[in-house]
Amino acid sequence: MRFIFAGFGGQGVMLMGQILAYAGMIEGKNVTWMPSYGPEMRGGTANCTVVVSDEPVASPVVDKAETVVAMNIPSMIKFQNFLVENGYFFLNKSVIDREPDKKEDIKIYKIECNEIADKLGNLKVANMVMLGAVIGATKIVSKESVFKALEKKLTGKKAELIELNKKAIEEGMKKVSEQ
Amino acid sequence: MEKVMVKGTEAIGEAAIRAGCRHFFGYPITPQSELPEYMSKRLPEVDGVFLQTESEVATVNMLYGAACTGTRVMTSTSSPGFSLMMEGVSYMACAQLPAVFVNVVRGGPGLGDIQPAQGDYWQATKGGGHGDYKLIVLAPATVQEAVDLTVLAFDLADKYRTPTLILADGLLGQMMEPVEFPEFRDLSTLPDHSSWAMTGAKGRKPHIITSFDIDPYILEKMNLELVKKYREIEKNEVRWEEFKTEDADIVITAFGTVARIAKSVVEMARKDGLKVGLFRPITVWPFPYEPLKKLAEKVDLFFDVEMNMGQMLEDVKLAIGGEKPVAFYSRMGGVVPTPNEIYEALKKEFGRRE
Amino acid sequence: MKKLLYKMPESLSGKEFTYCPGCHHGIVHRLIAEVIDELGIREKTLVVAPIGCSVFAYQFFNMDGTIAAHGRAPAVATGMKRARPDLYVFTYQGDGDLAAIGTAEIMHAANRGEKVTTIFINNAIYGMTGGQMAPTTLLGMKTTTTPYGRDAQKDGYPMHMCEFLKEAKGVAYLARTKVTTPQDVEKTKKAIKKAFLAQVKGIGFGLVEVLSTCPTNWGMDPISAMKWLEENMIPEYPLGVFIDKVGDEK
Ligand SMILES: Cc1ncc(C[n+]2csc(CCOP(=O)(O)OP(=O)(O)O)c2C)c(N)n1
Ligand code: SF4
Ligand SMILES: [Mg+2]
Repeated sequence: MRFIFAGFGGQGVMLMGQILAYAGMIEGKNVTWMPSYGPEMRGGTANCTVVVSDEPVASPVVDKAETVVAMNIPSMIKFQNFLVENGYFFLNKSVIDREPDKKEDIKIYKIECNEIADKLGNLKVANMVMLGAVIGATKIVSKESVFKALEKKLTGKKAELIELNKKAIEEGMKKVSEQ
Repeated sequence: MEKVMVKGTEAIGEAAIRAGCRHFFGYPITPQSELPEYMSKRLPEVDGVFLQTESEVATVNMLYGAACTGTRVMTSTSSPGFSLMMEGVSYMACAQLPAVFVNVVRGGPGLGDIQPAQGDYWQATKGGGHGDYKLIVLAPATVQEAVDLTVLAFDLADKYRTPTLILADGLLGQMMEPVEFPEFRDLSTLPDHSSWAMTGAKGRKPHIITSFDIDPYILEKMNLELVKKYREIEKNEVRWEEFKTEDADIVITAFGTVARIAKSVVEMARKDGLKVGLFRPITVWPFPYEPLKKLAEKVDLFFDVEMNMGQMLEDVKLAIGGEKPVAFYSRMGGVVPTPNEIYEALKKEFGRRE
Repeated sequence: MKKLLYKMPESLSGKEFTYCPGCHHGIVHRLIAEVIDELGIREKTLVVAPIGCSVFAYQFFNMDGTIAAHGRAPAVATGMKRARPDLYVFTYQGDGDLAAIGTAEIMHAANRGEKVTTIFINNAIYGMTGGQMAPTTLLGMKTTTTPYGRDAQKDGYPMHMCEFLKEAKGVAYLARTKVTTPQDVEKTKKAIKKAFLAQVKGIGFGLVEVLSTCPTNWGMDPISAMKWLEENMIPEYPLGVFIDKVGDEK
């Protein structure tokens, strides 16, 4: 399964992708995480692609994806046409106040990531709310694997944030189970 | 060993340390600065030496110096930096000094940009610096392979007393994948270079290391010695990967990360019932001419894909010898071709020929 | 005076600077442009941009320009000046560009008394490549390649380019300044003018080193960065005019 995570620099889209890739690895799957870098990043939008697969990952470069996560409007516009039929389109409703052009034959999830994160007490975990929604809907990896990935990735001083991140993931999962 | 997720650049650094490299000299340049940065942090932990140099010209000569003492040594850079090293690389090849270079290739020529490219293939495989010499050139396609080939690069450099190059690109450098690192090499088991290295002429005749002789007959002898070595390497060290070539009518040729994109193309084509395979040189020097030539006996069309104007293409054509058509698709300047784009081009080419 | 400050110098192209907030590159660009305007030499001036954050300098100045290979700007400028002595040439270089990879070129251009001008931005770091150690990085300072702090034993000492260059006989003007206060800005502009006059009057090589901030790679906000510069860089790099053969402006 191919994923694109996109948003403003600072929205934590790179980390979202890394945690997912890590969780996939923990489950013994083949994974690749690839960031965009250079001038593109300076332009304000950052994105990364993740491939999670039972087979060895061929291309790390994707021009089609089963899942697109857009944390802001430019990302929604840029990546909507990457979606395959029956793909998952996740939109951060807190920032995206309009409809995507692409709506046919895909599943759209609108999540108020920022509000939910705010309620949890830290806007920074909006990305994890979204990641929760992604794994809740796609079932690509288990919650437990994502938790393990968080524990691996957030070390040192950041370890204090593990619990909060876990809560954010759970809230995100809850949100999609309601939809 | 447990698997860990690491970036390509850092994976190469850690692999080098595990291979017994304790000396790194380097000058920052995007998109590989994470590698020297990693080494600046990691080498002191294992009593190693990291030195940020004043330039790539200095870097390569520091490698020359460290290698003279028989010490495993490495640097990494990106295209413009590797160009600056060319003089020293030529000296090292002639002086038969083992060392490992990493070139994380970016868009060129000139200052170019910082996006992934493959425009340094000729520089890497056909010389680059002046005079008759070759580098062993390894082109990894996955982060795990980058680890494995880094270790191999040190071993080959020592075995043949020659500078060895890891030819990577920005994609591989920035990408994160799970890898399994090898165990740490016991430093006391590293190859013994005491027969030639400069270690102090205590109780023996002085060891002189040069890339120089004023007498052309002697210099010719030195050249012939190099040639003999290169023939030996060509015989022993050719490495490549074939993917679904057994029944293929069309074979894509590609190296490095482009070969991975091409692998997806193979899968897409197979789904559509097209018999497409992939041939990927792992050593781009020595180039796998023979295996590719053999494939030509049963394949109808070759389709070479690169991120340059057609550099490996020349070797592919040389291998195939005009027997079969070779089509070509490329993107340049740091633009990475996507699977669909390559597939469309391939279908068009295929249709045109039917 | 105030009014003048807000007018776009003709020597700037008008393209918006792409530097980070609080970065001094922009201020110095503007000063150079004002000086070139005042000397009335825009149409006869060539700019040689370096490789560093100011690699785009050629876009910001409204004059013929190029980018030299990393560190080689003084050699490129020499080529231009020797080919067209009737034109004015200046290089704009960072500390990595000028004091690391390009040390040979700047030393020799200065020593030859090459009639070109160099503006040298010392921000004690490699800005463009993401915060690695520069030759001018202070001792103890943490950068991405000195994660444990710069250690003189391993990484050498901060490099004092003006102090090295002042021994070169071909230098006609040499000064170190900063741009943290309006008075400093005024002083820097005067210094830049003299460094250009050294070439205009055909006396020799001129260079101004401007101590500058890089809030982004220092990991500071612009205000703290200015303060840090005052407190840490000034003691290491004393300001002053090292050589002045230009004399009073006329
Ligand atoms: C031959 C070569 N080596 C390395 C680089 C990478 N590089 C680009 S800018 C730079 C240093 C920039 O630092 P500095 O000169 O201090 O300028 P600043 O960005 O701080 O203004 C380096 C190492 C290059 N472009 N070419
Ligand atoms: S990185 Fe530093 S030197 Fe470069 S523009 Fe930003 S503040 Fe200025
Ligand atoms: Mg600098």
